[in-house]
Amino acid sequence: MAQFTTLTARLAALPINDIDTDQIIPARFLKVTDKAGLGAALFADWRYHADGSPKTDFVLNQPAAQGAQILLAGDNFGCGSSREHAPWALTGYGFRAVVSTSFADIFRSNALKNGLLPVVVDAATHAELLDLAEEAPTAALTVDLAAQTLTLPGGHTVTFPIDGFSKTCLLKGVDELGYLLGFADQIAAYEAARP
Amino acid sequence: MPQTLFDKIWSRHVVAQEPEAPAVLYIDLHLIHEVTSPQAFTGLRARGLRVRRPGQTVATLDHSIPTFSPDLPILDDLAAKQIQVMEANCAEFGLRLYGLHSPNRGIVHVIGPELGLTQPGMTIVCGDSHTSTHGAFGALAFGIGTSEVEMVLATQCLLQRQPRTCAVQVDGQLGPGLSSKDIILALIAKIGVGGGTGHVFEYTGPAIRALTMEQRMTICNMSIEGGARAGLIAPDETTFEYLAGREFAPSGADWEAAVARWRQLPSDPGAAYDKTVTLDASALEPMITYGTNPGMGLPITGRVPDPDALGDANQKLALDKALKYMGLRPGQPLLGQPVDVVFIGSCTNSRLSDLRQAAALFKGRKVAPNVRVLVVPGSQVVKRQAEAEGLDKIFLEAGADWRYAGCSMCIAMNGDQLQPGQYAVSTSNRNFEGRQGKGGRTFLASPLTAAAAAVTGRITDVRTLLA
Repeated sequence: MAQFTTLTARLAALPINDIDTDQIIPARFLKVTDKAGLGAALFADWRYHADGSPKTDFVLNQPAAQGAQILLAGDNFGCGSSREHAPWALTGYGFRAVVSTSFADIFRSNALKNGLLPVVVDAATHAELLDLAEEAPTAALTVDLAAQTLTLPGGHTVTFPIDGFSKTCLLKGVDELGYLLGFADQIAAYEAARP
Repeated sequence: MPQTLFDKIWSRHVVAQEPEAPAVLYIDLHLIHEVTSPQAFTGLRARGLRVRRPGQTVATLDHSIPTFSPDLPILDDLAAKQIQVMEANCAEFGLRLYGLHSPNRGIVHVIGPELGLTQPGMTIVCGDSHTSTHGAFGALAFGIGTSEVEMVLATQCLLQRQPRTCAVQVDGQLGPGLSSKDIILALIAKIGVGGGTGHVFEYTGPAIRALTMEQRMTICNMSIEGGARAGLIAPDETTFEYLAGREFAPSGADWEAAVARWRQLPSDPGAAYDKTVTLDASALEPMITYGTNPGMGLPITGRVPDPDALGDANQKLALDKALKYMGLRPGQPLLGQPVDVVFIGSCTNSRLSDLRQAAALFKGRKVAPNVRVLVVPGSQVVKRQAEAEGLDKIFLEAGADWRYAGCSMCIAMNGDQLQPGQYAVSTSNRNFEGRQGKGGRTFLASPLTAAAAAVTGRITDVRTLLA
């Protein structure tokens, strides 16, 4: 799995609540059998006109958002379907972290397995980041996973929560399946003891 | 200490638990389909892994397959390839696949219960968020991502943090013209689409006990739309009666032993939940959504809310955006709103009883002019049962389309979809922007409310047609 230690990058703001995975990647793009190339379909219906040309008013099509690696989203980001294509599309586009006040359970779990860091901040910090995105759209933020901090361009630093297990997996780039395979003996013993 | 149904299932499936780490949770039944599994098999091959317990994974085709006869060629090359890949993966890893021509093929959450694979006390997962459906049997069932599909294939286990519990107490009883879809839409309208995040619901109370298994499945199915990864209903005589005699249900002495075990599952008196929500079924009207998430729902005689009346700026923005997409005005009634399409199907409402309800309304009536009606059974078994009862003839005579089993217009990745700007009343589970086709506009409702819209051409209070 992709390692995550620190990231200094600019922000793209999509401050809408309850962005569902059908918006992150519409279902018609799920007819694939691999993970590659989904970045082009990220937010497809918000990003492109029917003829495929970009909608210039959408944040990812604006010059200031080019190269952004941190997405700022509204509450309950990633609700809806369990499609892991959502984090594949986000990382395929180039995002490494999503900042929100809350995340849907399955999306959070999928993101963590793909080196995409869900950063939960409180409403005040969220508002501050939104102001920043409007006033200084090309300013860079720094995410330090080991310290669990998010540092704004002015130097204001906030901490964010993450469970120790996911943090270690991300810092070392270790995937959960590797860890789980280490339990083969216990799994066999559990199966043997079942009625 | 008294335990909840959830506590009992969880504690019996923890294989290992290291400090700080999530639990290693054993999975009894793994269901897979063509859309969220290919990359998991690729992962297995890359690591040189086999499927640990091939007998505990069951595959079907539902999401990307067309709902025309399986004898017709699949014109979408990508969908055809996805199906071929699924067939090849199942053959290579020795998994049972209810394939294109199987008499048991169907939507994964319809066939699991139908075959008796879904049983009380189990842990069940699938790369599909509506896996919560199986919770209707008192099984802990939840949707997972593709990385987790790979983990289950390789180890028959998942890493999971213990969720919190939320009791959803539903008192009273449903009035005429209402069904369990109205209960779950009312619940989600009350708590919002993030209301259950981090929790597992347990639905309790007299209104839940009175429901058939199929009606219970509709409720559990949409738990995820309230943010809860799983929704449970304690097993009872209704559950056992449904399961008895099904292909993969225990039989003979095993059946008696299983039922005795299952009777121990319901939450103990005095068991504590982290949260409780209550709802009065007697006070409900038929429910319908007006916006672009399942929490934007109303009693059918209600009026579209006004964004300016909302205090929270983000909520106002969300409602503004939703109404703009839906082409609706604040304060307008939904009754009388013209519709272009009616979809009756999906893992929420495509079972025999759903089709019977809709057919009862279609009988002796015609689909309104200029309305397209698609009725899609949840499985090939449901299709045959419906045809044996003559329901297909009722739908066809009314002017509806009668299809083969599949997810169809719920997910719009198989050829069945809305055109931009079209309005649909749909018995499915998601009204997200573009969910039923790019630019399509969805009103979620029960099969009865959908059938009422089909025959009148507008959003209609079905109770006025039942008199």
